[in-house]
Amino acid sequence: MNFDTLIPTVGVVTDIRQDTPDVKTFRVVGLDGKKPFIHKPGQCAMLSIPGVGEAMFSITSSPTNTEFMEFSIKKCGCLTNWLHLMEVGQQITIRGPYGNAFPVETDLKGKDLLFIAGGIGLAPLRSVINYVRDNRANYGDVQIVYGSRSMDDLVDYKEIIDEWMCDEGITVNLTIDREQEGWDGHVGFVPNYVKELNPDVKKTVLVCGPPIMIKFTLAGLKELGFTETQVFTTMELRMKCGVGKCGRCNIGSKYVCKDGPVFRYDKLSELPDEY
Amino acid sequence: MKFLKKENLSALFEALSADSALYLPTKDKNGKTNYARYSAGMEYSDALNTERSAKDFFFPQTEDLVDFKMEGKTIEVIDIRKPSEDYVIFGVRACDMASFDILDSVYLTDPVDSFYAERRSHATIMTMACSAPSETCFCRTFGIDPASPAGDVQCAMTDAGLYLEALTEKGEALVAKISAMLEESDGAEAAEQGKRCHEIMDRLPLSKLTPDSFGGDTMMEHFRSEKWASLSEACLGCGTCTFVCPTCQCYDIRDFDTGNGIKRYRCWDSCMYSDFTKMAHGNSRNSQLERFRQRFMHKLVYYPANNDGKFGCVGCGRCLSKCPISMNIVKVMKELEDRS
Repeated sequence: MNFDTLIPTVGVVTDIRQDTPDVKTFRVVGLDGKKPFIHKPGQCAMLSIPGVGEAMFSITSSPTNTEFMEFSIKKCGCLTNWLHLMEVGQQITIRGPYGNAFPVETDLKGKDLLFIAGGIGLAPLRSVINYVRDNRANYGDVQIVYGSRSMDDLVDYKEIIDEWMCDEGITVNLTIDREQEGWDGHVGFVPNYVKELNPDVKKTVLVCGPPIMIKFTLAGLKELGFTETQVFTTMELRMKCGVGKCGRCNIGSKYVCKDGPVFRYDKLSELPDEY
Repeated sequence: MKFLKKENLSALFEALSADSALYLPTKDKNGKTNYARYSAGMEYSDALNTERSAKDFFFPQTEDLVDFKMEGKTIEVIDIRKPSEDYVIFGVRACDMASFDILDSVYLTDPVDSFYAERRSHATIMTMACSAPSETCFCRTFGIDPASPAGDVQCAMTDAGLYLEALTEKGEALVAKISAMLEESDGAEAAEQGKRCHEIMDRLPLSKLTPDSFGGDTMMEHFRSEKWASLSEACLGCGTCTFVCPTCQCYDIRDFDTGNGIKRYRCWDSCMYSDFTKMAHGNSRNSQLERFRQRFMHKLVYYPANNDGKFGCVGCGRCLSKCPISMNIVKVMKELEDRS
């Protein structure tokens, strides 16, 4: 019978990294040891432990990584609790890729980029950041503003320090919500930090984080003179099918799983505020 | 047009069910009309419509998707799909036939849902013209002619018998197979019945209802209406409207541990339910107002926005007769269109 997207394939967890107290990054390959499928930066995959549940996760590794996929997953519900209990070698099911992607080959090309992330919101942006790093000539300056509750909650901290901060043409601005021993960097919420940094309004912005952070960040960007057409974000809603049929992630005339998860902000503003 | 004398109806059903399954509306033990697989002696019910819609044929209330065998750290994915066999559905009304177009627009667009497509492609649909629409009927609001349903074979039942006209290749093949029992007819009696049906429709309470105030370009205006509060106030969130609706097609996917493996199945779901959009980090539609609004906005605004203005309702009237608080899409339309 014909291929059906609802029938997943088997993936194998080949590495698990404890990023923060409640975030782990899982490396996944197919049964043949290869990357399960090709994806674009910002696209997602449905991961499942049969009998526990299935949910949509952003693919945090870059498409330029041809060997495996990575998923940074925060422990916050039934399935994610189970995923956090996994050991290396555990098989899961995987299907995808789902959704559109950040427009890395069109709108973002040749532009100075400003990435703004909060907490686990770095996961989908990391895919784009590493894609941009691997195709450096196609993009201008890169600025990354990233904040978390505490320094222990910064996801991919090692990669940020050892790789991103060492790259030429990349500025990384980290912040944590409250003072903490051993932290001599910036303290404060992401939206305020962005305003303090006063980034060039020519930059194209990619933002992801908790809804409240996105809301205040966008308001701050507008104050600085940015327009909604310069800002891209990626959304998260409940999903079951991943292909715009089960109806769950419907907002207005859009389905986040297939018309999103990446939306330019002016397009999102045209939709009912149900996210 | 072909004609079959009424006394030959059972013979027709016997012939149609000889080499494939035949489903037709029949009265169950409680006197309710629903589709059932034909067996010898079963009587066709000429009730205006079935209690449950005809969507069950292609989109059943529950269906198994895939099996998993779990052993230690390993998972085996077992494709359990079976090819469908040809079957005939007899007696589908114009509204339900029109609902198939809406379901098709969801399930047959890329990526095609193979479960739906398999059952859909094996069905031959014999529709039945309505002769006496009721006060809950408003199919004409959405451009559907109850006296002239689409389908593979269009039928009309009169006191004398059954008129048949093949509309598709599939329909022609079916009519050819039973041609020995059919006579040629000019269909005058069926046309006369159709005319009477239209006259009844004109006198029905919902005959003036139009969807003109709705459509894809009315999104924020209707979304922001303050009338949703009073409209949704008494909604119980029971989901009855969703389940009897021929065009509601949202589903849930769940796993069941059989003790001998995991069965993944899907089942109907409703945007009226509180956990429809609930996820670990919260719920994007927390109140019944938001959930109620979603269902009607989807049919009257969001669906048309994505489907060239076509509405997501076929006016079958099931929700009008089944809602325990007597709320329904007609009341919503009337309330929202009065923008004064």
